Amino acid sequence: MNKYYSWLILAALIIVVAILPKPLVISPTASVIVTILLGIALVWVLVLTIRGHLIGRRVVFLFIGASLTLPFFMNFEMPIKVSPEVKILYDALAKLPPGSKVLAAFDYDPPSAPELQPQADAFMAYAFKHDLKVIIMGLWPQGPQQANMSIDKVLQYPEIRAKNPKYGVDYVNLGFQSGNEFVIQRMGSSFRGMFPRDIYNTDYDKIPLLNGVENFSNIDFVFNLSSGYPGTVEWVQIAVDRYGVKVGAGNTAVQAPSVYPYLSSRKLTGLAGGMSGAWQFEQATQQPGKASTYVLPQTFSHTVVIAFIIIGNAALMVSYRRSKRGEA
Amino acid sequence: MDRLKALLFLTSVVILLCLPAFSQTSIDSAAAVKPAVESPAPPTDVVAKDTKNDDGSALDISWQLSPDDKRLVTKYVVLRSKSPNGPFVGIGSTTKGQDFYTDNGDTVGVSYYYKIAAVNEVKLTDSTSVTGISESQVVGPIKPIAQWFNMRRLNVFFWLLVTCAAILFYIMQAKSGKELYVRKIAGIDAVDDAIGRATEMGRKVFFVPGIQDMDDVATIAAITILGRVARICATNDTMLDVPVSRSLVMVTARESVREAYSKVGRPDAFKEDQVHYVTDDQFGYAAAIDGMVMRDKPAAMFYMGGFFAEALILAETGNNAGAIQIAGTNQPAQIPFFVAACDYTLIGEELFAASAYLEREPRLLGSLKGQDFAKGLFLLAIFILLILFMFGINWVTIMDVS
Amino acid sequence: MKREIPLIITFVAGVAFVLQYFIPHYPFNRFENIFSDWFAIVGAFAIWLGALSLMKLCLLNISKKSHDWPISLLIIISFLSIVIAGAIDGFHGLNSVPATSFRDPGTNFDWFYQNVYTPLSSTMFAILAFFVASASYRAFRARNTAATLLLVSAFFVMIGRVPLGDYLSGWLPERMQFSQWANWLMAFPNTAGQRAVMIGIALGTVSTSLRIILGIERSHLEG
Repeated sequence: MNKYYSWLILAALIIVVAILPKPLVISPTASVIVTILLGIALVWVLVLTIRGHLIGRRVVFLFIGASLTLPFFMNFEMPIKVSPEVKILYDALAKLPPGSKVLAAFDYDPPSAPELQPQADAFMAYAFKHDLKVIIMGLWPQGPQQANMSIDKVLQYPEIRAKNPKYGVDYVNLGFQSGNEFVIQRMGSSFRGMFPRDIYNTDYDKIPLLNGVENFSNIDFVFNLSSGYPGTVEWVQIAVDRYGVKVGAGNTAVQAPSVYPYLSSRKLTGLAGGMSGAWQFEQATQQPGKASTYVLPQTFSHTVVIAFIIIGNAALMVSYRRSKRGEA
Repeated sequence: MDRLKALLFLTSVVILLCLPAFSQTSIDSAAAVKPAVESPAPPTDVVAKDTKNDDGSALDISWQLSPDDKRLVTKYVVLRSKSPNGPFVGIGSTTKGQDFYTDNGDTVGVSYYYKIAAVNEVKLTDSTSVTGISESQVVGPIKPIAQWFNMRRLNVFFWLLVTCAAILFYIMQAKSGKELYVRKIAGIDAVDDAIGRATEMGRKVFFVPGIQDMDDVATIAAITILGRVARICATNDTMLDVPVSRSLVMVTARESVREAYSKVGRPDAFKEDQVHYVTDDQFGYAAAIDGMVMRDKPAAMFYMGGFFAEALILAETGNNAGAIQIAGTNQPAQIPFFVAACDYTLIGEELFAASAYLEREPRLLGSLKGQDFAKGLFLLAIFILLILFMFGINWVTIMDVS
Repeated sequence: MKREIPLIITFVAGVAFVLQYFIPHYPFNRFENIFSDWFAIVGAFAIWLGALSLMKLCLLNISKKSHDWPISLLIIISFLSIVIAGAIDGFHGLNSVPATSFRDPGTNFDWFYQNVYTPLSSTMFAILAFFVASASYRAFRARNTAATLLLVSAFFVMIGRVPLGDYLSGWLPERMQFSQWANWLMAFPNTAGQRAVMIGIALGTVSTSLRIILGIERSHLEG
């Protein structure tokens, strides 16, 4: 019977989402009321836990679901502060004079797109606005497609449409090449060897932007968007360490802590980590996009996780108390 | 004649520099009459020398920036020829303010000549531009030379020698019969108990060897542990299920499990489909395993090898299914997730040490001892360098041999 | 001999790979490319083994009417749909002028990619948010000093990474605000820990590689 209830709830949710007016944004007062209600519910769970009724993981999931979805309809302003690692990345990009060639390595696939695509959009918009020449490639098969999605999006921005960046002159997509870190290694001697044609089968030598681009020594900056292997670690270990090119990165939140050692040793020139990195990058580049709308859901969900950590510790105290009583 | 040559050369340089514009569209009629553009002063002191520590395919070219670098220069073009009289061909360019270029397209043993052109390029329209160019003196001949040792990797070579020497020394000691002490690792001690639990409950054991291919040492370490797990499972007559995400891993793991079953005298109990391919896709793999775990409710789960964002998705599902979970990965970012969701976690090098612990073979234990000795030396070196740094001696300057 | 040949190949390839890292001169500079090509070729052929294994298992499940046979049927349908879509698009692409790829926008393959693969994969990744919460609820408990330190660090990083942290600690001097605490924790204790683990992993990798190259470690070959 339970099975049918789940289906019914799912169907009801789909119907509600379908009939809701879009975009649905509730007033600031209503937003405060919803937030207070969510807070009261959490306090209630805490009280229940202290009284000895331990909650299951489904309750945690329910609260996380609510904290991630409800803020999308809310109307709050959140000030955004740019972290030092994002600032380093932005400063490195800002130092590039117009006409600089930037290699953009898209090493991720759709699952990580919610975190990395906003970073890609902000980077592309910045590059086109500041006349940077972008050479796109991917060590992940789906990477170049993600890059195309990003380009299609930023080309709709009025400011960029006015600039009218041209394929082959202002940007080029070299596509995917298999071989993981060996691709980076071989690009050290020849880009052409690894990418004889671009994603549209145009010969390397027939693309004006690539005229004179032989290897990393002709590249001013590498921007790597990575969600795993091969990714930022490989770019640092090969492109930075062996060929001395500057690499900045955008990583998923799960992956970001592992590249911090390269950041403090200055092998990595800046890092935007996860969704918070994405919105900070948007803020730094003054290109508010999708990530900036995720500030509120992330703030709410972090708060709910902290609340559940407190509730978890209350449960621990309860169990200690019970065991002491048992001993007595 | 020389004048004609110089004129021809200059024309070729101009055409070369304008090629991108020509290749876009035909010349705009409005730009047919081009305004004169001021040429910047040429760069000076051009120096070309062999790139150190390479295979002889590169030369480093440096120059003093044009005095007009900030005012007029838009870029520098590097021109190369095999003869001092040309023809010189543009092989690359740098943005203004940059005084260095590495030419990686050379052939070992061939002599080259270089000069640098400072270019002032003014865009007239999207597709047309006018340029003012001035060139430096020609430098050369210079031949790229291949080196027999990469001196930049001398420090790596030194530490590799030290580490290998320590490992080999302790392996020899172990072979000579010396008793070696190695500390206990709870996660490895728990392997037998976890499989024993599965046997008692009559449920499956799942072994997940990560999402990396066979070229990753962590996967090889995982397959090594799988061999041991398979032997215990075969002895206890416990069903072992190994879903893999790479075809090559499937082939290797299958052989390893087959051999393990044969070793304990139960080759008939081995079924090929125990080790089966699922998908190369990271989250497809995680979804498939989550489904299997929720349906089969295994009593024990092993996660060994290279894991990324799927680590917590797998481990939380296993936890929900009530399995004893033992994990080990070489991915530092995933260790916290495994620690949070699993009963035991092999941290970093413990994954690589696992086979030695499980086999108790003296030579393998000796290698562990050598590894620990090398780690001690590393710590000592870090400590000494830290003290030196506090006294103002920067180790980076000392070690930089490039 | 069945045992010795793989060991000899491992030894020769391992030594060659180590040498090419230190010797840039020809022919050592060619080794890395040659080995990576070989690996790619062997890997490409092995994909068939994987796909056939998957199909065989699913077909067996269906023929035996195992408890999860509808899932096996779904796998076969999904597999064939995307393979056939890609093959048709690829065939069309080869015959059109200029040649196009099966991955180009507007193809059937692209439709599957955008409307089936992308949302499904993103959903799996998004589940992480829920699992992080349930794992935190269970694991971050102040059982002892180490666990308490972990708990306190988690609190500061989580609150400091969102604007709420600085909103709550706005009355403090700037360098004492929660975002600064989070930055400090990530830049120092986190980096120190990561480095320690990385050094250990590097030594473990050297040790394991040496054992494999010298043939001391061979259980991956013989179970």
